[in-house]
Amino acid sequence: MIPAAFDYEAPNTIDEAVRALAEADDEVKILAGGQSLLPVLRMRLAAPAKLIDLGRIGELQGVRTDGDMLVIGAMTSHYDVQRDPLLNEHAKLLVMATDTVADPQVRHRGTFGGSLAHADPAGDLLAPALALDVEMVIAGPRGRRTVPAAEFFVDYFTTAVGEDELLCEIRVPKYTGWHAHYEKFNRVAQAWSIVGVAAAVRPDGHMIAEARVGLTNMASVPVRARGVEQALVGQEATPEAIRAAAEHALDGTSPTADGNADVAYREHLAKVLTSRAVSAAATS
Amino acid sequence: MTATADSHAGGEVGQARLRKEDARLIAGRTRWTDNMSLPGMMHMAILRSPLAHARINRIDASEARSMSGVEAVVTGADVADDQGSLPCAWPITEDMKSPNAPSLAVDEVNFAGEAVAVVVARSAAEAHDALEAIDVDYEDLPVVLDMSSAMTEGSDLVHPDLGTNASATWVFDSAEAGTGGSADEALAGAEVTIHRTFRQQRLIPAFMEPRSILVDPTGEQTTMWSATQVPHILRLMLAMTTGVDEHKIRVIAPDVGGGFGGKLQVTPEEVITFLVARKLGKPVKYTESRSESFTSAHHGRDQIQKLSLAADRNGTVTGLKVELLADMGAYLRLVTPGVPILGAFMFNAIYKIPAYHFSCTNVFTNKVPTDAYRGAGRPEATFAIERMMDELAAELGMDPLEVRERNWIKHDEFPYTTVSTLTYDSGNYEAATARARELFGYDALRAEQAERRRRGDTVQLGIGVSTFTEMCGLAPSRVLGALSYGAGGWEHGAVRMLPTGKVEVITGSSPHGQGHETAWSQIVADRLGVGFDDVEVLHGDTQSSHKGLDTYGSRSLTVGAMAVVQAADKVIAKARKIAAHMMECAEGDVEFSGGRFTVRGTDTSTSIQEIALAVFAAHDLPDGVEPSLDSEATFDPENFSFPHGTHLCATEVDTETGRVRLRSYVAVDDVGNVVNPMIVEGQVQGGLAQGIAQALFEEAVYDETGTLTSGTLADYLVPSAADLPSFTTDRTETPSTTNALGVKGVGEAGTIASTPAVVNSVVDAVRHMGVRDIEMPCTPMRVWRAIHGGAQ
Repeated sequence: MIPAAFDYEAPNTIDEAVRALAEADDEVKILAGGQSLLPVLRMRLAAPAKLIDLGRIGELQGVRTDGDMLVIGAMTSHYDVQRDPLLNEHAKLLVMATDTVADPQVRHRGTFGGSLAHADPAGDLLAPALALDVEMVIAGPRGRRTVPAAEFFVDYFTTAVGEDELLCEIRVPKYTGWHAHYEKFNRVAQAWSIVGVAAAVRPDGHMIAEARVGLTNMASVPVRARGVEQALVGQEATPEAIRAAAEHALDGTSPTADGNADVAYREHLAKVLTSRAVSAAATS
Repeated sequence: MTATADSHAGGEVGQARLRKEDARLIAGRTRWTDNMSLPGMMHMAILRSPLAHARINRIDASEARSMSGVEAVVTGADVADDQGSLPCAWPITEDMKSPNAPSLAVDEVNFAGEAVAVVVARSAAEAHDALEAIDVDYEDLPVVLDMSSAMTEGSDLVHPDLGTNASATWVFDSAEAGTGGSADEALAGAEVTIHRTFRQQRLIPAFMEPRSILVDPTGEQTTMWSATQVPHILRLMLAMTTGVDEHKIRVIAPDVGGGFGGKLQVTPEEVITFLVARKLGKPVKYTESRSESFTSAHHGRDQIQKLSLAADRNGTVTGLKVELLADMGAYLRLVTPGVPILGAFMFNAIYKIPAYHFSCTNVFTNKVPTDAYRGAGRPEATFAIERMMDELAAELGMDPLEVRERNWIKHDEFPYTTVSTLTYDSGNYEAATARARELFGYDALRAEQAERRRRGDTVQLGIGVSTFTEMCGLAPSRVLGALSYGAGGWEHGAVRMLPTGKVEVITGSSPHGQGHETAWSQIVADRLGVGFDDVEVLHGDTQSSHKGLDTYGSRSLTVGAMAVVQAADKVIAKARKIAAHMMECAEGDVEFSGGRFTVRGTDTSTSIQEIALAVFAAHDLPDGVEPSLDSEATFDPENFSFPHGTHLCATEVDTETGRVRLRSYVAVDDVGNVVNPMIVEGQVQGGLAQGIAQALFEEAVYDETGTLTSGTLADYLVPSAADLPSFTTDRTETPSTTNALGVKGVGEAGTIASTPAVVNSVVDAVRHMGVRDIEMPCTPMRVWRAIHGGAQ
């Protein structure tokens, strides 16, 4: 199908992009990798007056270190995230979740920041970002501000990014030496998660010293499973202990029903998959 | 694959030739309809009903008509006198009820997605923009979606003027037909009875190339290019539907990107584009989007199957009763009513069933019409009987292979006339099953299954069996006539020797991905003794291939290639006369082999290419011989062909989540003689993927308003290679005796066999947990609920 006509602008810098946002008076949409936006436009489910394409902004690309943090440019593609040595060493959970996103074509076009800013609750990168306490750097006409992941996701497809702002960087604490696993449950390989569980643990011998767990598609926003995390700390990584901890997986969730899963089944899956994700992380 | 029977005697036939057509098809740099452009061409877009059932009170297109680039807006009222009623070629009973089927809705819409108006504009973008400016005033009518409630007294009606939602009921009873006993009596007196109701969910053919149509009315003939499986049928039906003279219509199916039966249709879109282009006097192109395709191109399957099986305690089946409800959707398209009836001949499958009763009631609903989809009636039947054989085995505590063997037709009993009147010419179920069993490691997997059950593993192993046959090579014309089908089942072919010794083959069978160009070249190269690359196969254009009945029902090789073989033999016969004249000998003394005519017992010879040149020159031909080395033939098969096979599937079912993992799949197929084993392998693999998709993944879902909620490929789950195991395939070769090539057809085998193999396997994995059936597709949630109870 063919989208309705729209104006198009492709700034070269973040400052130019912010200016373009400020100057646009009609409805404007930011185009990152286009893997969610373009289908919506082509099906004419949205008809923005203008698209601002971030694809030419070099400073939004790539991964670097900044002290004890990693900084991921919002326009870094999934493909580049998968292969980045810094992320593979210090934030393996993000890489593992990215491995499960769609197919190779989509991973070449789609971007890390675009997925987070789109905030589809079935998207696979939100829960890992939340679990790892990343920070979002948002640029706007009043300069830059940093929002913790816990405050970034507001509702279905809604984030803390204002209408005149754009997500430019994601700052990730280093989880060096942590073990991770992303357990995605879907029906065919290229589909969105029915439920997903992101788990990272810091082992101390046979014990779990610290844990981070986030859930995909168990509410309108990603859910941090703090009850599970607390139950795991100080435990030996036995199947029994992990299963017991996973019983807390539903704290703070409010799942909905769809054709693939009703609420009861989704809740059941969340517990089973939490147990599996933590086990896989702890034994990896 | 490890073919046991790939022997060929040095000829082309039997070789795994790379396909001639693949380079252009795979790269897409070819004549897809949407790739074409004509001078002055307009683009058409279609406004479709968002409602499943509504009266159209008023259409206001004034704003759309004034928009940039818009040439015309056409509504149903504008073409009401010209569009006729879309054809249904298969009135299965004399009193079948069939509603008027306009291409553009005039005063009522009967499914969400039905065409209501079109915009023709200078660009596709402008046409789509203008669609949004058309204002339609709809008045809601009651929506009928569920077949069972549609059949209850006092139900709302899809077509009130018909007075019922039932289109027709078709019945076969072996006692009445004299082919067997009474199924009711068998059931009444049976030692064991099995009763099950299965649901064949609605499927979407999901061909790769969306439908596309280009019509050029600027000439003596109106030319239509269409991504269709059936250019010849389309031409005839366009003439009959619109009243335009047949000889003034030319239809071309250029390269077509898949169909699976979904392009075996005469569509509203084709009729509309044809009428609009003629009205405007300008070329018009229409290409659908994927979403439009899902909500307007015909769907497949959608039956409720109630089966009762009678047997004795040792597992011998004594009777079978089948009662179907088949969802027609809102209208009867080309062969809609006949699809479930094709299944009537296949419920008895490979078994000697002494008493059989079949009845099917076709029901209207406010949904997209159903019609042929890969297998068309036969997958539904095969699924049901193969599920029942597993249920019988479970009831008796027997091995499912043993139950089948007790009932199947033994290889020395062919030809065998079945209880449903077909005569199976050949088959060897013992050989295919033995080979499949060996490749699968049946006994070892049964042992592992027992061990997993014993230790209560969270992952349980299931083994599924499907021993199937199908009727291919549609069809003997007299059989189609007996079934009230509106046409015959012959096919046409022609062979033309060119002066330079090259060969043009014309086939009436219009391919859409099957590889006719390669396979026909292999056959003709052997027949005429010319090179594979010296043969060009022409098809899909009613001007060059003036006669044909096209491609569906695994008929191309068994019927279409047979016509080509007969045409080639006529060319040889003619060339032999000329050779005798040239070599000054009696015709009876001329032998033909490897492309050379030789005077018996001498080394005097001439090649068929030399004869072709001599015929062109025509300087010295025998008396009464025309200067032409062309021939044509029309082949009408005496009987169907009956491919068969044994498929075995192992699945692992995660009892904690309900997820099904395909662990291994063995398919041993008997498709008779094989022309190109690589093409056969491709058909089997693709067919397996499609049949497995029905078992586990795909389902067209409507909500309570009649809106298709599985309207995109994000919701309608077509599996990819990532979701399927590596298949183990092999063949046995029992040649068909119903055609000279000994071939049987392979286009639908994988689809027909695999669905029951998979579902039998899933049920087998969790049968010990109290599960007797799982509705398709076996989604994780359904499997989990079946294991752990609660409403599905």
